[in-house]
Amino acid sequence: MEALILTIIATSIPLLLAATGELIAEKSGILNLGVEGMMLSGAVGALGAVLWLENPYYGIIAGALSGVLMASIFSVFTINFMTNQVATGLGLTIFATGLTGLAGAPLVGKTIPSLPKIEIFLLADIPIIGSILFKQDFVAYLSIAIIIFISFFLKYSKSGIILRAVGDDHQSAHSVGYPVKKIRWYASCFGGMCAGIGGAYIPLVLTPHWSEGMTAGRGWIALALVVFASWIPWRIIVGALIFGGITIAQLVGQARGWPIPSQLLSMMPYLATIIALTMISGRLSKNNSVVPSSLGKPFFGSQ
Amino acid sequence: MIKFCTRIFSLIALSISVLFFVISSAFAGSPTKVGFVYLTTPGDHGWTYAHELGKQMVEKRFGKDIKVSVVENVPEGPDATRVIRELAKQGNEIIFTTSFGYMEPTLKVAKEFPNVKFEHITGYKRSKNVATGNIRFYEGRYIQGVVAGLMTKTNKIGYIGAYPIAEVIMGINAFAQGLKSVNKDASISVIWANTWYDPVKEADAAKVHIAEGADVLAQHTDSPAMLQIAEKNGAMGFGQSTDMSAFAPKAQLFASINNWGPYYIKKIEELRNGKWNTGDGPNHWPGNVWGGIKSDMLVISKFQNMPANVAQKAQEALDGIKSGKINIFAGPLIDNTGKEIIPAGKALDDGALWGMNYYLQGVNGKVPG
Repeated sequence: MEALILTIIATSIPLLLAATGELIAEKSGILNLGVEGMMLSGAVGALGAVLWLENPYYGIIAGALSGVLMASIFSVFTINFMTNQVATGLGLTIFATGLTGLAGAPLVGKTIPSLPKIEIFLLADIPIIGSILFKQDFVAYLSIAIIIFISFFLKYSKSGIILRAVGDDHQSAHSVGYPVKKIRWYASCFGGMCAGIGGAYIPLVLTPHWSEGMTAGRGWIALALVVFASWIPWRIIVGALIFGGITIAQLVGQARGWPIPSQLLSMMPYLATIIALTMISGRLSKNNSVVPSSLGKPFFGSQ
Repeated sequence: MIKFCTRIFSLIALSISVLFFVISSAFAGSPTKVGFVYLTTPGDHGWTYAHELGKQMVEKRFGKDIKVSVVENVPEGPDATRVIRELAKQGNEIIFTTSFGYMEPTLKVAKEFPNVKFEHITGYKRSKNVATGNIRFYEGRYIQGVVAGLMTKTNKIGYIGAYPIAEVIMGINAFAQGLKSVNKDASISVIWANTWYDPVKEADAAKVHIAEGADVLAQHTDSPAMLQIAEKNGAMGFGQSTDMSAFAPKAQLFASINNWGPYYIKKIEELRNGKWNTGDGPNHWPGNVWGGIKSDMLVISKFQNMPANVAQKAQEALDGIKSGKINIFAGPLIDNTGKEIIPAGKALDDGALWGMNYYLQGVNGKVPG
C-alpha cells in the first residue's frame, strides 16, 4: 500500500508543478497552451545537464531555465507582438516537440543517476506517514513550498493582488499605472519555470532516460487541472492527486483483476474536468467570476 | 511590393523544382530508389529504432546501388496516405511502411501506382503490388516465460501490454506456455497500458506490478522505462525490440531483438532481379513473410544476470524453437477458464494465432473488451 501511495505522489508531481505555473500565468491573463512543449524542453535540458555536470541537482536548474527560455519565446510573440495566444501556444508545443527531438538525439540510450531522497530528521521515522511525506526528493518538497507560497502571494501580498488585477481587467490596471506587459512577462516566465521543473522531474526521478515526446500529453492534463482547480492553488494538489490516484488505481485494478473496465477509469480525470468546467460556468452566470476576465486577450497598450 | 515578392518567390520555387526534376531524371535508372515510412523517430529506442537498424543494413549491403528516402514521425491515417503517395511520386520503386496502421493508406496508394512495390509491416491485407512482412515475436516470449519461471521467487509475473490485440495476446500466451513448461505454480497478471508509448505510464505500471509482488516483468510496449524501474527496485525483466541492457545492466535477463535487415535486403534483391512477388497463397497467414528465430528475423540477445543452469534451459528452449522440436502452441491447450482450445496431438495454425482472444492457463483475468 505504501509503495502504491508513493507511486501516486511521484506520478502527480509533474502535473502539480506544471499546473501551478500555468495557474500563475493564467491569473495574469496569459493562456499558454505550450505547457507540453515547455515540459519537454525541461526534460531534455535536465537530462543533458546531468549527463554533462554529473549532478542531478543541476538538472533541476537546467530544467527550470529551459522552461523559462520556451516561455520567453511565447512571451515575445504574445505580449510584445500581440499574437493570438491560443495559436502561439499550440505552435510552441509543436516547435518544442521538434526542437527537443533534435536536441535529444545525442542523449538517446543514455541513463542518469536519479535525484536522491531526502529524509527529514526524526519526522521520517514516523511509521507509514514518515516514509510517505518526509522521505521525498527535493523537487517534491519544492512543489509543495511553491503552492503554499503562491497561495499566500495571490491572496495577501500586494504584488499578488496587482497580478490578479492585470489578469482581470488589463485596461483598468494599465490606467491606474501598472506595467501590464512587464507583469505578464514575469508571470509567463514563472509558468515556464514550473513547467520546466515538472518536465525535468520525469527523467530525474520517474524514468531516467530521454526518449522523444516522453511527457506523453501530461502538459495537456496540467492545463485541464488548472480549470479543475478553478484557479485556486491548493485545489491543484487535490486535483493532481486525484488524477495520479485514478491513473494508478486503474493499473492496480487490472493487476488484481477488478471487474471495472480500465477504459472507464482512464476516462475519469477528463470527465471530472468537464464537470468542473460546467460547475464554473454555472457559477459564472451568477456573476461570481473565477476565470480571469482578461484571460487570453492581447493587451494593446504601451507597456 | 508584397505581390512582387510573392512573384519572385514563386519564380524561385518553380526554377528550383524544375532543376530538381532535371537532375532526378538525369540520374533515373541507375540506383534503385527505396522508401521507408516510420511511425516515430529512431529516438524511441524501440520499434522504430529497430527499423532504422534494418535500413542501415540495407544501405551497407547495397551501397551506391540504391538511394534510400526516409520519412519519420508519420501519424497513422490520412497523413500517411499523403506521405506514401509522395514517396511513390518521387520515383521510389519499393516502399516499406513500418506500422500496422499504415495498412489502408498503403493499399490505397498502391492502387494508384501499380508499378511501385509496397511492403507493409505487420498487416494482413495484400494486393497485387502490396506484400506484407512480420516477425514471430511470440517465439521470444516463450523463452522469456522459461527464464521467468526459473527466476521468480514470488511466482508472480507482471506483464505490461499495449493493446489487447491478437499480436499482443499471442505473446502473452506464448509466455504462459514457456512459464508452464518449467514452473506450474507461477502465474501472469497483465496490465494494459492502452498505448504503445508513454514512458511514465509504463513506469507506473511496472511499479504497480512490483508493489503487487511481481519480481519478473515483461512488456509489450516500446520504451525502456519498465526495465529501469525493475533495475531500481531489484526486480528483473526483458528488453523489447532492441537490446536495452544499457538502461538496466543488472535487470535485463535478455532482449528479443527485431531484426528487419535480412528481410529488407531479400525483398530489395528480389526487386532488382525482377523476381519480387507477394508470395500469396493459402498458407500465408498473416503475411508472405512471417519469420522468427529460425530465419534470423528475431534475434535473442545474450542471456545475462541469471545462473548457468537457467541460461542453459533458456538455450535449450531457443535451440528447440530453432530446430522445430518445440511447437509453442501444440495441444493440449486449455484456456484459463478450463475450456479446451485444441486437443493433444494437434497444434494451432497461423490463422488461429491471429484469432486469439483468450488467455491460456497460467494467465490471470480475462481479455478486456
